[in-house]
Amino acid sequence: MSEEPSIDLRGPPEYGDRAFAKLTAGAAGLVLLILGLIAITMTRRALPVFGEMGPRFFTSTRWSPPDSIFGALPFIWGTAFTAAIAVLIAVPISLGVALFMTQVASPSLARPLVYLMDLLAGVPSVVFGLWGVLVLSQLVHLGRSFLTAGIILAIMIIPIITSLSREVIATTPVGDKEGALAMGTTRWEMITETVLPHSAGGLVGAVMLGLGRAMGETIAAALVIGSALGQITLRALAPGNSMPAVIANEWGEAQDLHKSALIALAVTLFAITILVNLVATGIVQRSMKRGQGT
Amino acid sequence: MGSQDVDKGSVGGPVIRLPAPASSRRERPAPGPDAERNVVFALEKLEVYYGAFRAVRNVSMQIFKNEITAFIGPSGCGKTTVLRCFNRMHDVTPGARVAGGLRYHTADLYAPHVSATEVRRRIGMVFQKPNPFPKSIYDNVAFGLRSRGVHSKGELDTLVEKSLRSAALWEEVKDRLRASALGLSGGQQQRLCIARTIAVGPEVVLMDEPCSALDPVATAHIEELMRELKRSFTIVIVTHNMQQAARVSDRTAFFTTEVDAKFGLRTGTLVEYDSTEKIFSNPSDERTERYITGRFG
Amino acid sequence: MSAANFTTEIVVPPDLTAKRSWRSVKSAMMTGLMIASVLIVALPLVAVVWAIFSRGLGVAFHGFPAFFVDEIPVIARRPGPGMGPAIVGTLLATGAATLISVPLGVAGAVYLHEYGVTNRFARVVRFMSNVMTGVPSIVMGLFIYVTWTLRFGYSAFGGALALACLMLPVVIGATEQMLRLVPNHLREASYAVGTSKSRTILSVVLPAAMPGIISGSLLAVARAAGETAPLLFATGAATEYNPNLFVEANTALSLQIFGNATSSFVAAQDRAWGAALTLVLLTFVITLVARFVTARFARRR
Repeated sequence: MSEEPSIDLRGPPEYGDRAFAKLTAGAAGLVLLILGLIAITMTRRALPVFGEMGPRFFTSTRWSPPDSIFGALPFIWGTAFTAAIAVLIAVPISLGVALFMTQVASPSLARPLVYLMDLLAGVPSVVFGLWGVLVLSQLVHLGRSFLTAGIILAIMIIPIITSLSREVIATTPVGDKEGALAMGTTRWEMITETVLPHSAGGLVGAVMLGLGRAMGETIAAALVIGSALGQITLRALAPGNSMPAVIANEWGEAQDLHKSALIALAVTLFAITILVNLVATGIVQRSMKRGQGT
Repeated sequence: MGSQDVDKGSVGGPVIRLPAPASSRRERPAPGPDAERNVVFALEKLEVYYGAFRAVRNVSMQIFKNEITAFIGPSGCGKTTVLRCFNRMHDVTPGARVAGGLRYHTADLYAPHVSATEVRRRIGMVFQKPNPFPKSIYDNVAFGLRSRGVHSKGELDTLVEKSLRSAALWEEVKDRLRASALGLSGGQQQRLCIARTIAVGPEVVLMDEPCSALDPVATAHIEELMRELKRSFTIVIVTHNMQQAARVSDRTAFFTTEVDAKFGLRTGTLVEYDSTEKIFSNPSDERTERYITGRFG
Repeated sequence: MSAANFTTEIVVPPDLTAKRSWRSVKSAMMTGLMIASVLIVALPLVAVVWAIFSRGLGVAFHGFPAFFVDEIPVIARRPGPGMGPAIVGTLLATGAATLISVPLGVAGAVYLHEYGVTNRFARVVRFMSNVMTGVPSIVMGLFIYVTWTLRFGYSAFGGALALACLMLPVVIGATEQMLRLVPNHLREASYAVGTSKSRTILSVVLPAAMPGIISGSLLAVARAAGETAPLLFATGAATEYNPNLFVEANTALSLQIFGNATSSFVAAQDRAWGAALTLVLLTFVITLVARFVTARFARRR
């Protein structure tokens, strides 16, 4: 019976290895921590105004800081309205560009287009706002209004809708497209028969993400929207206001309850954009997974 | 000659005959009571699960020191799956689970206190597709040494040269050690991977179809290398090339797939394990014979 | 030889020319619309760049380097440079934000891809990180106001914190993408030589992903440099030089542009254009560096 020295497979204690794993987990958890903190701390600061106004904060249309009356409805409306305008303008254009880049353009043409999009995405919001206020609104006789803000927002969300749409469209199986073309369809017919049905879900998600971004864009909107009060109207050419714009414009001179009201607006904005982004991200992720499975 | 006949009989058990083969290349030590000292791995009803699916079942065998053992069989028969058990590679596959007994020199490889890293320091692996790091040739070989704390240039230089010589690559790369490893040919890259693996001084070198991505000339180099390496290492090689197994190995294990009654799916299992000469000239199991004569697989 | 057996036929080649039809016209029209949308997109970009350069070039480079170095005139009506303090402020806030968010973001992404591929925590974090990229910058700014500025006052660091919160999910997303691109066989090669997981990540995975991580982070930096809203509530509106990160209010290019855009004084508006040009040039340089890093990585492989 041969005796073998027993082999110790425990190895040296790897403290560094375990610490590393915990550190990285902690860093990842920061995301949840920050989001949670935002929700908690801001809501706490907003409570005074809710105490004062109650649910009328959301339903009243009167916003008068000197009288301590804060009705947010016009701004919620303004946010939704400008975002809707922006999306209405941006979506057809983004879709057109995305389809062009994926279905029509040769790869050597598509590349400079990618750079173009990156450049567009790289221009800071405030610079667009500056241009909007000093150039666009004079030029097109639009003045500062919902429409001007909508146009500026559209310009800013086009890059993100386009790039997401491109990703979704790219998952269309080549086999489907070739099959359609092989039957003698025109390019447009191939697109409507294979690419669009396949990408529909993801495109909806992309649009929603653009919507969320448009709702949250502060500065450009603040500069060109017109800062009018109490306007719930469909007249796009009227000057108006939106939640981020109000916060940015009135913050400088706000006193306690006013500040609390503005923070309450921010919490509302936070909640709405989180919700839209949650749904949108879920849709996009699910459609990408499904797309890659076919 | 003492012989342990573990003959499980007719119902799907592996047929193992442990008496050592007489290799055509050199004389093998007669087995006997010493056989236990030469055992590197002892498998006892090894099973591997991917999630709930049993991919490999009922593998029992022993691997011996300083021998080349070949695993052959049709695709999906579990030979790579079993190989990856030896160095705890299934740890990095989510959902994979190893059951049954697997001992490395009497130590249970899957005991809870066992460190996979420690296991892999003693049991190295060369992969099917050469996977050098995107670093210089020198740094590839030195990588394992550096992570073991060898930092002095003199020591590293010596060990790197030694490994590259053992891998029959030194002459070809000695003038460009700082060049990127990715610039080497496929065969050279694979030899580099072998050099990298043996640099840290393992006892066992596992090889998962090491030549399947290489051309015949490179393959011949590697097979030549394996015969050299056998003197200092224990080698287990998975190969789908039967002729290769016949050329280089001392013992061969033939795996196949069976429909697993429990799952209704095909599961890998060990059919026969014996000296290479026996397997290829006079196999005991009919399935082995059918495979090596090409009637299936 | 019977020549009579040949039948003489004039073989007409099949007509493969394109046929006019409503379908092909429609397809061509649609393609035209697509091209039109590309042009529409190019239009505002060209217009904005044109405006920035035509209006800002003179202001920014008149009496170079006055614009970049002089202090901001306290009296808005006064014409002349400069934006020096704003440049310093932007660099301070953006630089500090990068130092905070990039290491944390990379570490977080490492956890998500290398450790948490299947577990629930990782999936939740990944999802919420995506959602977090859509949080309005003004909300981040107010968040920092409520948690930091109220306690510690205005400073460039407060702005840096807000920017870091904005950058974190972007860095996590970009890094995770890059980690995903590192082929698994590299990891396996490292494990097979008996290397621990942390060492594998630090010595093999991260170096392989580094160029992509750098360029992704630089893009996040470029975006942060242009942010206004977070700084509004954290950094203040100083006009003097303040090279101190932690103490006292500071300013930034974006803040100056915002403040001056609504000014009725042409002098202030001019400075806004100059600042806009500076900011765009800064962003452009950062983006160029990011592209350069990606290209060099592609070439080395």
